[in-house]
Amino acid sequence: MKLLNLIRLAIRALQRNKLRALLTMLGIIIGVASVITMMSIGEGSKESINASLASMGSNMITITPYSNEPGGARLGGSSFKTLTMKDVDAMRKDAPDISIISPLASSSGQAINGASNWPTNIQGVSPEYMDIRKLVIKDGIMFSDQDVRASAKVCLLGKTVVDNLFPGGEDPIGKVIRFGNIPFQIIGVLVPKGYSNFGQDQDDLIIAPYTTVQKRITSTIYFGSIYASAINEGASDIAVTEISAILRESHRLRDNQDNDFQVRTQAELMTMMNSTSSMMTALLTAVASISLVIGGIGIMNIMYVSVTERTREIGLRMSIGARGIDILLQFLIEAVMISITGGVIGVVIGVSAAIIVPKMLNWPTVISEFSIVISFVVCAVTGIFFGYYPALKASRLDPIEALRYE
Amino acid sequence: MSNKILEILNVKREFTMGTEIVRALKGVSFEVNSGEFVTIMGSSGSGKTTLLNMLGCLDKPTDGIYMLDKVNIKELSRDELAKLRNRKIGFVFQAYNLLPRTTALENVELPLLYNPTVSTKERKERAIAALQAVKLDGRFDHTPNQLSGGQQQRVAIARALVNEPVMILADEATGNLDTRTSYEIMSLMQDLNQNGRTIVFVTHEPDIAGFSSRTITLKDGRVQKDSMNTNNRSAKEALASLPAADDY
Repeated sequence: MKLLNLIRLAIRALQRNKLRALLTMLGIIIGVASVITMMSIGEGSKESINASLASMGSNMITITPYSNEPGGARLGGSSFKTLTMKDVDAMRKDAPDISIISPLASSSGQAINGASNWPTNIQGVSPEYMDIRKLVIKDGIMFSDQDVRASAKVCLLGKTVVDNLFPGGEDPIGKVIRFGNIPFQIIGVLVPKGYSNFGQDQDDLIIAPYTTVQKRITSTIYFGSIYASAINEGASDIAVTEISAILRESHRLRDNQDNDFQVRTQAELMTMMNSTSSMMTALLTAVASISLVIGGIGIMNIMYVSVTERTREIGLRMSIGARGIDILLQFLIEAVMISITGGVIGVVIGVSAAIIVPKMLNWPTVISEFSIVISFVVCAVTGIFFGYYPALKASRLDPIEALRYE
Repeated sequence: MSNKILEILNVKREFTMGTEIVRALKGVSFEVNSGEFVTIMGSSGSGKTTLLNMLGCLDKPTDGIYMLDKVNIKELSRDELAKLRNRKIGFVFQAYNLLPRTTALENVELPLLYNPTVSTKERKERAIAALQAVKLDGRFDHTPNQLSGGQQQRVAIARALVNEPVMILADEATGNLDTRTSYEIMSLMQDLNQNGRTIVFVTHEPDIAGFSSRTITLKDGRVQKDSMNTNNRSAKEALASLPAADDY
């Protein structure tokens, strides 16, 4: 029988049992819809992580202290005292693939303005920090190298700190606040950045010269971390190699000693974050795929019923000249039709859900063509796989017995 | 005419039921020429059904030769048998076996769907012609449950005619019908026969056999009697002689 006629036949057979066909499709519909929704949520979160990491500076390199002492209690990174200004100067001088560099000495404490106070974090940095972290000044100015050398008691505030210290809404520029016991004059306010992907308020900070923070607050010559920018994104890996070499030399590490620092690029961070989100996507998709399999079993079940129900029809078709392959194709196409129709409905529901979810739950979603294509392929394969055995059974019926079947 | 449509030579058919061998046909031989109207009679268990399945190419003989239109059935595969059924045989069943919820026209078109040499347009034309030949002009769009038993059987006959077979094979085609409708169907069969169709009609009613030109009687898997009906009745006259139908 010609393919077109077979397809027409299958459509007719499904139309005769509309409700049954729909119920059979349900498993596939739910499966496809959930796969597409899950994948678009996964893609969406991946993309938003990438976007926010890129906003932090895509060629940013972070250097943190790291334990290289085997044995004994290992301590967190910030408790190691390995990074000093000497390292920063060495890198500034000897690493050609680094464009700018800034140390970071931070401390948490209470910021006080008159009757208002707010627990926050002060970050002691050099002026280049602004460019590395893509921070922008909204009002006022950045402190200068002169301020750094003089350990000037000047600072810039993030929006959260401004809101909490100046609840009346007055202009903070030029005012003096205290961080702990140290008075700081406010010379600038930063453009708000909002929350990071880790749920951290990126506007809850005070920026001051690192010399001031080191001398007056932390009383140490060590830095918690060093931030640098590679000359471009592609140079990140070379820059990491250069940094490692310089730091190993400046820390006088022997060949058999591990690094006492850790260098991470933004690209690595991106990969790390993405691997978490990819794993979640894979997991959710796997769960959703199970319902596709269940849907397929549903198709198989109903096709067996259909074959039994239509035994006489099969017998008749055979007696008037249908070959085994004609009968096989008839039932196979019917099964594939169920699964593909279910797939189409599933795609429509899945895509709608991917459009509605960001509005209802505020989760970002990205609908990928890939997920739609793969759903279709999986549907067709499901139909063929689960429809094949019932169809084979039908095609192998003995026409004599099938004709007499009651 | 001595154009042999059917040639059966010492055909045997055995079935194995568990450990027992059932010999349904024990050596049957006869020939049917083109244009004959043959009835095959026999009581139940005489091998009638087995012979019919064989004639219809649904089954193959265990032993012996069956030539249909000069083709030896024994050498054909399952698919080749299907093709042969499609092109050379028109089946008419006792239970009509029409597809439910499918119009008369589509039911008649069915055999042509399995013949890829027939185009969609030709298929429809031939189905309409076949339905007209069985006098069902105004019923193309009726489904089987909208038709009477006699009409359903006529749709089935149209379906058997549509592929222009060399032989129409009827299995108790009047078994489910009342006398009047049976006669109508037999009258139709006689008309078709007069137009040159070869008909093999299996029945157990001697009354029906009287309308044919030749009767083969089976008993215990053997041909008991094979005789020409010299004074075969006309179904039209028999119909006319029936008392007038009750008005309803």
